Amino acid sequence: MRRLLKILDFTLSSLLKRKYKNFALIAVYAFTIAVLGSVLFLTQALKYEATGSLETAPDIVVQRIFAGRHDLIPVNYAETIRRLPGVKSVSSRVWGYYYDSLIKANLTFLASGSDRQTLDLLEGRLPLADDECSIGMGIQSAFGPAIGDSLALEDSAGATKTFQVVGLFRAESNLLTNDLVIFQEQTLRAFFNIDSSLATDLIVEVYNPRETKTLAKKIKYHLADTRPITRDEILHTYETLFNWRSGMMLAVATGALIAFCILAWDKATGLSAEEKREIGILKALGWETADVLTVKLWEGLVISLTSLLIGLIGAWVHVFVFGAPALTPLLKGWSVLYPDFAYTALIDIYQVFVLAMLTVGPYIACTLIPAWKTAVTDPDLVMRG
Amino acid sequence: MFKSWLFFIFCSILALFLAALLVQGAVTSGPVVASLPDGKAKQQLVSRLRLTDLSLCSEARYTRHPSQADLFSAFQDYPGSFEHFPTGSIILPQLEGFNNQLRIVRQGEN
Repeated sequence: MRRLLKILDFTLSSLLKRKYKNFALIAVYAFTIAVLGSVLFLTQALKYEATGSLETAPDIVVQRIFAGRHDLIPVNYAETIRRLPGVKSVSSRVWGYYYDSLIKANLTFLASGSDRQTLDLLEGRLPLADDECSIGMGIQSAFGPAIGDSLALEDSAGATKTFQVVGLFRAESNLLTNDLVIFQEQTLRAFFNIDSSLATDLIVEVYNPRETKTLAKKIKYHLADTRPITRDEILHTYETLFNWRSGMMLAVATGALIAFCILAWDKATGLSAEEKREIGILKALGWETADVLTVKLWEGLVISLTSLLIGLIGAWVHVFVFGAPALTPLLKGWSVLYPDFAYTALIDIYQVFVLAMLTVGPYIACTLIPAWKTAVTDPDLVMRG
Repeated sequence: MFKSWLFFIFCSILALFLAALLVQGAVTSGPVVASLPDGKAKQQLVSRLRLTDLSLCSEARYTRHPSQADLFSAFQDYPGSFEHFPTGSIILPQLEGFNNQLRIVRQGEN
């Protein structure tokens, strides 16, 4: 142990002799880990948020597919579905998009269900009259209406309709309600000119969650032009959206990994003349090859461990303290309304472990291999270069 | 051995700091959200309003509602056209619920 500590002491002195190079190396290495770690933490936080919140999403959503695209579904399809054993209830849902050309924002209009109870995350109430609406925080930030003000919107016939804001979703629900405007169902039908015999989709609740998949198959069998989407599929969508193979991970990781490969390649292709001379002198002084390799192992560990710790802390601070400002433009794209919310600091230890293994392991290998090649060579030859 | 101890102390401080950050949020299952502040309220919101997606990327309909979008929504002009929304590089349309298959029937087959 004492011997190992002395070798570590020697390694640290040797690293400090080339302090500018090594500090630069730690900075680049830590930055690479911070970039990868940020994507990892951000996607993980979004995944937890999505899968946790959407656990109470509808059991089955039934869409109609017409000519390969999502189309309005006849409400009478509900009768066929209701007759299937195991179905608890079927209700229609009306929703759609509204593009505002002034601020170039896409809004989502949704009809509230028949439930009139208040919501914990809603300040005010849900609309009860034809000329009322409730809005998300994103719309409030973009247009500035408060409760009591009115929204003037152009309906499908081109006529301007005004709706009084009676409810405002709290900032805590931004990730779910940011661009939402809630209306009564008949109001939204009139606004979009949707016939009462049609709906955007149907919501099916089932008695036994284990029968959901079978019921989805039966719905597809009886109504061939429909596309049933189960809650598991909704959750699976968000699971896969933010996993290792997600576009986000690929977009950021590719650049970072290429930079890291260049760094590792530079290390692996050989030691500097000064480093070689140092190994030669140590061997001439009687150091064993194993001792030289221990020095190099310590060197790799000191640099990679320091970089890993700094990089991970940097990633944590970037995502959970500053709200990932470097990655948000990727998620935002051309959206005008982007939810302003705090990421929940839930981290998968397994992913942190994988990141550590993927970065520390190859770096140590890159440090050891050229050192071993030099250490097994005759000291005289090494010192002469 | 002053330098080695200094290094160990430095690494230990960083590791302890990181561990404290990780432990604060180191819970690795979905239902945890319900136990967080507002977790139950969010689930109530999703259940009452019958929401299916996060309001994260609102530029295109398949990134606003990834679980509800049809396959062609990513290709606004025609199937196979180039994707032009920036968030399209992050969120792809999901294949769930589409099981139609093209089948070739040779001459003489049914």
